[in-house]
Amino acid sequence: MRYSGFRVIKEALSGHKGWTPAWRDPEPAEHYDIVIIGGGGHGLATAHYLAKEFGQSRIAVIEKGWIGGGNVGRNTTIVRSNYLLDGNEPFYEMSLKLWEGLEQDLNYNAMVSQRGILNLIHSDGQRDAFTRRGNAMILNGADADMLSTADIKKRYPFLNTDDARFPIKGGLAQHRGGTVRHDAVAWGYARSADSRGVDIIQNCEVTGFRIENGVCKGVETSRGFIGAGKVGCAVAGNSSRLMSKANMRLPIESHVLQAFVSEGLKPVLPGVITFGAGHFYCSQSDKGGLVFGGDIDGYNSYAQRGNLPVVEDVCEGAMAIFPMLGRARLLRMWGGIMDMSMDGSPIIDKTHIDGLFFNGGWCYGGFKATPASGMSFAHLLAKGEPHPNATAYRFDRFEKGLMIDEKGMGNQPNLH
Amino acid sequence: MIIDHPLLGPRDSAEFTYMGDARLIDRPNPNDTDAAATFFDYAYLRDNPAGWHRELWFHEAGDRSWLVVTRNTLTHEISKVELARDVARAQGRSK
Repeated sequence: MRYSGFRVIKEALSGHKGWTPAWRDPEPAEHYDIVIIGGGGHGLATAHYLAKEFGQSRIAVIEKGWIGGGNVGRNTTIVRSNYLLDGNEPFYEMSLKLWEGLEQDLNYNAMVSQRGILNLIHSDGQRDAFTRRGNAMILNGADADMLSTADIKKRYPFLNTDDARFPIKGGLAQHRGGTVRHDAVAWGYARSADSRGVDIIQNCEVTGFRIENGVCKGVETSRGFIGAGKVGCAVAGNSSRLMSKANMRLPIESHVLQAFVSEGLKPVLPGVITFGAGHFYCSQSDKGGLVFGGDIDGYNSYAQRGNLPVVEDVCEGAMAIFPMLGRARLLRMWGGIMDMSMDGSPIIDKTHIDGLFFNGGWCYGGFKATPASGMSFAHLLAKGEPHPNATAYRFDRFEKGLMIDEKGMGNQPNLH
Repeated sequence: MIIDHPLLGPRDSAEFTYMGDARLIDRPNPNDTDAAATFFDYAYLRDNPAGWHRELWFHEAGDRSWLVVTRNTLTHEISKVELARDVARAQGRSK
């Protein structure tokens, strides 16, 4: 069924009786050409691009719970491509371009809103660093704009540019950045993949891999064995748990990242703002809630909930730039589990086992990467070689000293 | 989280800095012939279990001792806290 404004009006006039489920609930087949483990944003995007861009068929996405129930439902919905390093920026810019055409591609309203992202500058050193970053972005075809305090004051009159503890001295803006309705991304990709014949199999947990003579033949699941020509893993957060079933140890630790949303307020924040003197980022959802977050908690966790010290740290950041936020009540807070890699960058690569492919290590940048991750992983699965924009995301980069370390923190996952 | 420090008693985890898997105590010998491989494993690869995990916590805002904390990554429950010095000596490190 094609969605359109006309369709909405027609259904409204006929009591909404004509809508059909957006995807099927098929029984798993005995064998697929490609099995993708993980029905989150990345796995579903991979299935969509495999079917649409690479002409693959006989694809299944298997998910242990319900689709979109992991990190694609537990983020702060921000999309941007303001990276510095060569290994990253072309990839994230590809992602932002795919976000721009996503709704037409999927025929699904994902509420892509290019409301702009602004990284605030509080010191001379930070201005130099952000100028360099902005230049790197422009060199890779992205947009970047250095704003003066007067520019910022025009757009965000409530920001204190005069006598704050960390005075705002300017900002690096990416006007094409913004937010996307996170659940709709999973649902839109799922609907599109399903309409192209992809089987989305929910409540199907992988319990092991069937590996014979170094070749992956399929996956053992809670719903029986499913044979596969190729298996792609896209379960960021739980990558170490899944890959340990193939006796692999990864350059990844799982950490918890908390996020928060306030009660619904009248429009106050037109775009996304990040605080440069601490770690705090905030946007306002279309429902009016201020959605914000900060650092990871900093210790290994699979608990999907964090502790108070980081809540305090995030709220201190909030109060430093938005003292008015202190009057708003917190509606919800939640935690998601991040694959924190050893250099802060992801991995999209083959493994040493034939037919077994890996996508993970997204740290806390996975949401914005969803379309490019799906496109690159689909490219790797279909053609056996990495997408030109994802060649740096190799497993062996740690062994070879080719790290993509945006923050320059070294192999300390909790500092990326 | 409250960490029951063996010398100081219960302390807020915010006083500590998390330093990762306690297997980092077992630093490989740089003179071994396979040192490149063992150091790659040591520096970059992790078990990252869901469940009980032995890990290093540094009491940075306290007595600056290093602890080995046995903690469940699924529940954040802490079952055992030892001085990292004792653990390392028991393993034959730092003679």
